[in-house]
Amino acid sequence: MGYNPGVKIRLRNPSREVELPGRKRVKDVLRELDILPGTVLVIRGADLLTADEVVGDGDELEVRPVMSGGSATSVSNLK
Amino acid sequence: MKCRKCGDGAVIELPRHNAAFCAPDFKEFFRKQVAEAIRKHKMFTQDEPVLVAVSGGKDSLALWDVLIETGYRTAGLYLDLGIFEYSVESKSKCEAFAASRGQKLIVESVAERVGAGIPEVQKATRRPTCSACGLSKRYLMNRAAIDHGYPVIATGHNLDDEAAVLFGNVLHWQMDPLSRQSPALASTHPKLARRVKPLYRLSERETAAYAFLRGIDYIVEECPFAKGATSITHKQILDRLEEASPGAKHNFLFGFLEKARGVFDGADPTALNECAVCGQVTTGEICAFCKLSDQVKRRRA
Repeated sequence: MGYNPGVKIRLRNPSREVELPGRKRVKDVLRELDILPGTVLVIRGADLLTADEVVGDGDELEVRPVMSGGSATSVSNLK
Repeated sequence: MKCRKCGDGAVIELPRHNAAFCAPDFKEFFRKQVAEAIRKHKMFTQDEPVLVAVSGGKDSLALWDVLIETGYRTAGLYLDLGIFEYSVESKSKCEAFAASRGQKLIVESVAERVGAGIPEVQKATRRPTCSACGLSKRYLMNRAAIDHGYPVIATGHNLDDEAAVLFGNVLHWQMDPLSRQSPALASTHPKLARRVKPLYRLSERETAAYAFLRGIDYIVEECPFAKGATSITHKQILDRLEEASPGAKHNFLFGFLEKARGVFDGADPTALNECAVCGQVTTGEICAFCKLSDQVKRRRA
């Protein structure tokens, strides 16, 4: 298996960047980041991605919270 | 994932509707939900000028966009709250939006009307920041509508906002607010504009997706005072319910509006007077906004 550069993710509120290895579905990216899918938009360039979309290969994503004045809702903790 | 309507690739899934849509069909779905809200609650007609309260965020700019697209006569109202860089940026988003669509934007400044921006108002009053801010916004919105001749104010409150407010009011059995919670509040005084919420059928994620797909440049950063706000905790609790049971927020809000709201009618029969200081509507002799302004002036004196 060749090297896969994974996916680079920009998160907001607070603004930060993380990288995850390999190819995976958007819903698995969000699970790894501990984010409820219904609380964010996942954006690649000019496109919105659905939960079953596969990302990787150096994709750059933005995970943008949808709550006015808030951040993404965590699966495990209320902030 | 395929679009339910045309079978093309979907860009958004809507678990509560058990559906997914491509970008053009999602925008069509969005416009239909707004049209249904306006029709069902007789919010306004094509002939009435509508004042859209805009904050620079996704909801209010998405609302303004959809009303312009569907041919309503609108102007925007931006309230400058004086919240540091957040207000500077949100104002510039509203100005850019209005200019790009050739629409009128009315700007009102809290500092000009109260004598200080929201951060200083909060210090002068001991009220929680969001409470002083909400009071100021409701007052200035109504005053601008009356002064500029708009019979109706439209705000960008969405399904998540409304469900979270309902949740908070039910937790504490706040009878007066429960009796007033509605997508459309009628004018009950010549100096009170109608207030409507045409996005109440659409979730926060749907308004964000619409704004993104329409290329609307909105402010994503949070208000610095929102951190730790109770309303955000309530939203997060409802987010978890929604994840476990899609449609939970919709059923909670729509069930209240359709089945339970009538129970609370009459809980808020207070007559409206005109404030002895400013002449705007109030339930007392002097309105809460004038009392707030007075507190700020005394603190600065």
